[in-house]
Amino acid sequence: MCLGVPGKVLEIRSEHGTRMATVDFGGVTKTVCLAYVPEVQEGDYTIVHAGFAITRLDEASALETLQMFTDLGLLEELGGADAVTEGAP
Amino acid sequence: MKYLDEFNDPALARSLFEQIDAAATKSWAIMEVCGGQTHSIIRNGIDQLLTDRVELIHGPGCPVCVTPLEMIDRALAIAARPNVLFTSFGDMLRVPGSRDDLFSVKAKGGDVRVVYSPLDAVNLAQEHPDKEVVFFGVGFETTAPANAMAVFQARERGLQNFSMLVSHVLVPPAIEALMTSPTSRVQGFLAAGHVCTVMGTRQYEPLAERYAVPIVVTGFEPLDVLDGIRRCVLQLEAGSSEVENAYPRAVRAEGNQPAQEMLARVFETCDRQWRGIGMIPMSGWRLKSEFAAFDAERRFDVGELSVSEPVRCRAGDVLQGVLKPDQCECFGKECTPRTPMGATMVSSEGACAAYFQYRRLDPPAAVRRG
Amino acid sequence: MGHGGGGQLSAELVQHLFLPAFGEAARTATPTDAHVLELGNGVRLAFSTDTYVVRPLFFPGGNIGELAVYGTVNDLAMRGAQPLALSTGFVLEEGLEMDVLGRIATSMGVAALNAGVQLVTGDTKVVERGHGDGVYINTAGIGLLPDGVDIRPERARPGDVVIVSGEIGLHGIAVLSLREGLEFGTELRSDTAPLNHLVAAMLAACADIHVLRDPTRGGLAASLCEIAETAQVGIEFEERSLPVPEAVRAACGFLGLDPIHVANEGKLVAFVAPDHADQVLAAMAATDVGSRSTVIGRVVEGHAGVVVARTGFGSTRIVDRPLGEQLPRIC
Repeated sequence: MCLGVPGKVLEIRSEHGTRMATVDFGGVTKTVCLAYVPEVQEGDYTIVHAGFAITRLDEASALETLQMFTDLGLLEELGGADAVTEGAP
Repeated sequence: MKYLDEFNDPALARSLFEQIDAAATKSWAIMEVCGGQTHSIIRNGIDQLLTDRVELIHGPGCPVCVTPLEMIDRALAIAARPNVLFTSFGDMLRVPGSRDDLFSVKAKGGDVRVVYSPLDAVNLAQEHPDKEVVFFGVGFETTAPANAMAVFQARERGLQNFSMLVSHVLVPPAIEALMTSPTSRVQGFLAAGHVCTVMGTRQYEPLAERYAVPIVVTGFEPLDVLDGIRRCVLQLEAGSSEVENAYPRAVRAEGNQPAQEMLARVFETCDRQWRGIGMIPMSGWRLKSEFAAFDAERRFDVGELSVSEPVRCRAGDVLQGVLKPDQCECFGKECTPRTPMGATMVSSEGACAAYFQYRRLDPPAAVRRG
Repeated sequence: MGHGGGGQLSAELVQHLFLPAFGEAARTATPTDAHVLELGNGVRLAFSTDTYVVRPLFFPGGNIGELAVYGTVNDLAMRGAQPLALSTGFVLEEGLEMDVLGRIATSMGVAALNAGVQLVTGDTKVVERGHGDGVYINTAGIGLLPDGVDIRPERARPGDVVIVSGEIGLHGIAVLSLREGLEFGTELRSDTAPLNHLVAAMLAACADIHVLRDPTRGGLAASLCEIAETAQVGIEFEERSLPVPEAVRAACGFLGLDPIHVANEGKLVAFVAPDHADQVLAAMAATDVGSRSTVIGRVVEGHAGVVVARTGFGSTRIVDRPLGEQLPRIC
């Protein structure tokens, strides 16, 4: 159960004493509760589930993972797939 | 969309498929725990394209599927009451109870409404002081912080007319139950990424050690799932059994601390029935006594419920990975999403529904890899 | 009861309840299409009706009145007919503000002019407060079929090229954005539009169009499934060739919906022989409503009655029509 969608935090405000934000999912926006992600600032990406931000999306880590996928492909082209082990980012 | 499209790239997927193919020298059976992963695997045909040496077993991580029948019947009884405004995630509306589902209750005049977030249900309670607003609080650890906050806010706002029917389930006890089951063939797990976003990864370490299984925390997009499989295969081939994080952009070892604090304030662990599986000790959360006033189970006396499950439904075997959905004799015949015998045929995350939707006949056009 | 969502359930109601109950009186019925009446001397009339139950009454890009006019115009156009006249029937809930009704009626007038159709007769009934969602509208319409045009789902055949007239999912998402409990912000607007001018342009380019369908409730998936079943052919499309606006994908992402199940109100899907595909596509692209037309797939030999999507990864999956109303999910 875990439909979690990345979105960008646009504008943070307080509702009923709770930290809320408008989050943009790429052309649609939704009001999302930020109570569990006090570190999240406007402009950050977050993962949203059932109207709640459950974490700040670590953009650097996302890029590292993608880079690792690219490197795996390149290594393989060089016939060096065996050289790749658990290259955790 | 940023941080989604990149993880759907076909060229990178191809290289991951090849990596897995190269890594797997023996046959391995890996369970993806979360129904969201099952959906992604079946919808994108990842299982079609994967080497035959890696078998994916679809796990019980679909809260809709495992919510006990008794709880569904209780929800139906509460929702049918004249003064109740019953709110739920859309997922639960077609789940069959012993006789009915929430859709039928709505059709017969019950006030049943779909909400996106449990906070919407709290807002409804505030807007309708004359109504008893009940929220069906189902889900795994991912959803629990949202539900906990709804109860907490209802108390903060002094709402007397809000309550929650809580049927939360937890992943680690389910993994434990699977590993101790004599019929289990699972050799490695893809753990549910967003569950770990909330709870962290440390609670899986004793499990990996005790049962000598690799547990790879895995995301939901095709590349995430493939990387989870790749890492799991590498571990199996190397004979290692570590907890590994293949979803670091969303999961930290310690999880989400503020969410865990709220969970500890509102919920306590309890034994829980899993539909199709049975009772798993300490596998659920219920409201703490401090929040008993918001417990719909206490607020609404629905009398004795006698539950009955279709005898021939083998959802339990499917949930435990013993049976593939299309191996069930009822699959696609008397049991379809339109006439589901078990909950696994209802949820879009349920393995039976996913098979029916995307795989009920092998189209001749289907291409195997290579 | 879930029977109104354009999914499998409403088709079953027609098959298993209405047609058997109507018996001999419905012998010539074409329940899912506009019906074609042969009047002699080669004159053929298309006849159709539809009832509009929309909440909210006003949504980004349109309102129930426009839908009621365009919906029936489009039903006629899907047989290749040019609409002549519509009737309008209103069921009003006591207490509906006259101003609201006035705005709806005004936009129906404008819509009829856009489509080039006359509103020629009508009826109004009032029900007690609490017995309706403000207003329900029924429209019925007749249209004239040009000579030589024979458009119906049975004519889909292997080799046919499948064309969609533009971006999908706009109407359904625009309406959902206002649904209580789900509200979200969006610039998306309903695509509600008359399709008869587009169809006229297509027929001018090629009179032998095999099938037309407007994928309203149930979305593109429901239309393709229905055609595959009716014609007993297989349909295959490339998932990545579907024109889905990013905002529709985003909304579907967090609601857990599939864009091919989301309603459209100003799009059509066309099946044409491969030899004619280029000219039809060019004619479509030259119109306003069809400017984003694109080929999404073709009719294939094999898997008769089944629609198959080819994913970007090279795998395939079966596409089903949705089961009644689209419910947002969290799992």
